[in-house]
Amino acid sequence: MKKVFFFLSGLLLVIVALWQCKTKGVASASADDAAQKTYVAPGKYDEFYNFVSGGFNGQVSVYGLPSGRLLKIIPVFSVFPENGYGYSEETKPMLMTSHGFVPWDDQHHISLSLTDGVQDGRWMFANANNTPRVARVDLKNFRTMEILEIPNSGGNHSSPFITENSEYIVAGTRFSIPMDDQPDVAIETYKQNFRGTASFISIDPQNGGLKLGFQVLLPGVNLDLSRSGKGPSHDWFFFSCYNSERANTLLEVNASQNDKDFIVAVNWKKAEEYAKSGKGVTKSVRYAHNTYDETTHSATTKWETEAIMLDPKVLKDFVYLIPCPKSPHGCDVNPTGEYIVGSGKLAAIIPVFSFDKMQKAIAAQNYEGEYDGIPVLKYDAVLHGEVQKPGLGPLHTEFDDNGNAYTSFFVSSEIVKWNVQSLQVLDRVPTYYSIGHLCVPGGDTKKPWGKYVVAYNKITKDRYLPTGPELAQSAQLYDISGDKMKLLLDFPTVGEPHYANAIPADLIRKNSVKFYKLEENNHPYVAKGEGQAKVTRDGNKVHVNMTAIRSHLTPDNIEGVRVGDEVYFHITNLEQDWDVPHGFAVKGATTAEILIMPGETQTLVWKPLKPGVVPFYCTDFCSALHQEMQGYMRVSPAGSNLPLKFSTGAEPAVQ
Amino acid sequence: MKIWYGVLLLLFFTLAACGGGDATDNSATAAPAAQTPEEKMLAEGKGIGEVKFVELKTPLEAERVSRGKAIYDMKCAACHKLDDKRVVGPGWKGVTKTRKPEWVMNMVTNVEIMLEKDEEAQKLLQLCLTRMPNQNVSLGDARDVLEFMRSNDGEK
Repeated sequence: MKKVFFFLSGLLLVIVALWQCKTKGVASASADDAAQKTYVAPGKYDEFYNFVSGGFNGQVSVYGLPSGRLLKIIPVFSVFPENGYGYSEETKPMLMTSHGFVPWDDQHHISLSLTDGVQDGRWMFANANNTPRVARVDLKNFRTMEILEIPNSGGNHSSPFITENSEYIVAGTRFSIPMDDQPDVAIETYKQNFRGTASFISIDPQNGGLKLGFQVLLPGVNLDLSRSGKGPSHDWFFFSCYNSERANTLLEVNASQNDKDFIVAVNWKKAEEYAKSGKGVTKSVRYAHNTYDETTHSATTKWETEAIMLDPKVLKDFVYLIPCPKSPHGCDVNPTGEYIVGSGKLAAIIPVFSFDKMQKAIAAQNYEGEYDGIPVLKYDAVLHGEVQKPGLGPLHTEFDDNGNAYTSFFVSSEIVKWNVQSLQVLDRVPTYYSIGHLCVPGGDTKKPWGKYVVAYNKITKDRYLPTGPELAQSAQLYDISGDKMKLLLDFPTVGEPHYANAIPADLIRKNSVKFYKLEENNHPYVAKGEGQAKVTRDGNKVHVNMTAIRSHLTPDNIEGVRVGDEVYFHITNLEQDWDVPHGFAVKGATTAEILIMPGETQTLVWKPLKPGVVPFYCTDFCSALHQEMQGYMRVSPAGSNLPLKFSTGAEPAVQ
Repeated sequence: MKIWYGVLLLLFFTLAACGGGDATDNSATAAPAAQTPEEKMLAEGKGIGEVKFVELKTPLEAERVSRGKAIYDMKCAACHKLDDKRVVGPGWKGVTKTRKPEWVMNMVTNVEIMLEKDEEAQKLLQLCLTRMPNQNVSLGDARDVLEFMRSNDGEK
């Protein structure tokens, strides 16, 4: 009875609180209305798409906000047996690199395409940290359409941050290395021979196509994170770096010696002019450029052989260094483009630099010296101010639309809200536990949408039911619409999220592709209708042009295949409606299944190793008779002269 | 007057096809006026959909027949044979004799609503137990397919 009483009084409180909210128009959240603020009723949609990097799973996952529901995992840099990405013949070239086929990577950051500094919902870009690459995902189909390898690079961490009109994304080296044309040097010659590079990759405004524009040759520091300027600072890009000591061993100690490292300010407009007027040095390199074509439903690899290198020691006046305390990590530019926030991982303050002051210091040559031939600006001359006692271990900063900044603190495990102009701390909330990145919808752009901040935590511990030694990663959603931040929701995430972006759902959902038109399918092995289904032999290669439609595969009886053959199952899904993929798997395949979207053709290669009859079937429940969607392939011993034979239903067709 | 009913009906279907919340308000106002012609169509065996009247020409339009055959081969043949045998769906032999041309075209272009509202379509679903998929055939393509069906039924 007591319980009922408490429940009812609680309910009453909620109602009163809500009523007050409504009457006063106050948008402040409380623990009481957290459930309502994150509840998305059955059949209703979330307000934002949240694109979240997958870290060590190499993929990007998509969540809905405010519900925290997982909507999709987009395979980008790692194979994905769930849909055949990296296993099907069509998608294998996407993971080709100068090191050969690379099935995994470490995916850290994403950025969304911008028009005039505002999210436009066209593309998402992602970086691969381990084998340096950048990728473009089309937000019409949520598919990886392009992957570009980066030459002269190690540890592509400072990537793929974007300029405000999607002119370029960048790729900055966390691990300096000897350049590709002088690869074999002693590690102890680090200071002489190891260099960092900041690559600028141009984006075709029409089709999103990527191209390595130019690379800026930098001292052997570790570039960490970066952001482009905005508005007045449009022409500039800012990269944080650590290890200005240029240590090549025990960096934990040796790269933490200097009181200050740097924020590297690059005038990319000027660099672009240098590159276009032939002032750079063209380096001979080799790197993969992989693109996916939606009409042939196939990826191809093109080998690129040149990179334009710009050396700021030779070409003056486009790179400057801003001293920044204690191994800066985050390097974030506020929505007006005037302030650059550096976050020293080991610092007790947050320095905020002024772009206007930086311009004046450059004009007055107000330098404190040079570092490896690059001018170092005077700290005090470019400093807007320092946020005092903000917390311990600042990492990243996002912004709202009211002039406030939200900085994550790993060591003190909290988000701190402060005013960019006044540098006053306004509020702080704990995170559970040890937050890394954080994300305000549009919080890295000229036009933040505000409303929420999401914490992507590095430590999970006791937040969810235990699942053995390895736990889900913990994300947390906070309401930032009022003066005080309010925790609304915990939600588990996959992989290890680093950075994320959130974008209003309306900018994307209306463009979503529902199926591919069969008429436009130009795959070389398409079967546009069952009449075109066939089995042909080309030496030891057997090509099966197969169709799938609810609820049968054509052909579904195949004989004449021999041990030693390579069988190519080219499956065309004849459906022309939304959400009717078919799957395909064959017994003993050492690859994966493939999922074939309506109107698409995908190919699974299978090598029979012993005689027998193997079943194959549809793996994606498609209809009431899905269980019947199956077939058989007979494999005869090597050297058998049984002719190819294939059929479906009552009328066998013999070739 | 009839034209207006047609326009309202068309509006209703366009909006209904869009889905989502907005459609309900509009259809609520359009429905009372639209219901009569809808019921009339169903009662006349024309099914339900955008196709209200089909003009058939004799002799057959040869170009339509060959275009219709190509669409059949790509989008229909996996389930419908040209004789009277049922595979996934019913064989097409005789379909133009037992169904009105409007019914055929509405079934091809508006299958979800047909399966919801047309009794004959529902009987076929009970028989075949596989919902006929929407193959996104345009009205023009559906008309070509109809011409191919007439040819399959021996019309000249």
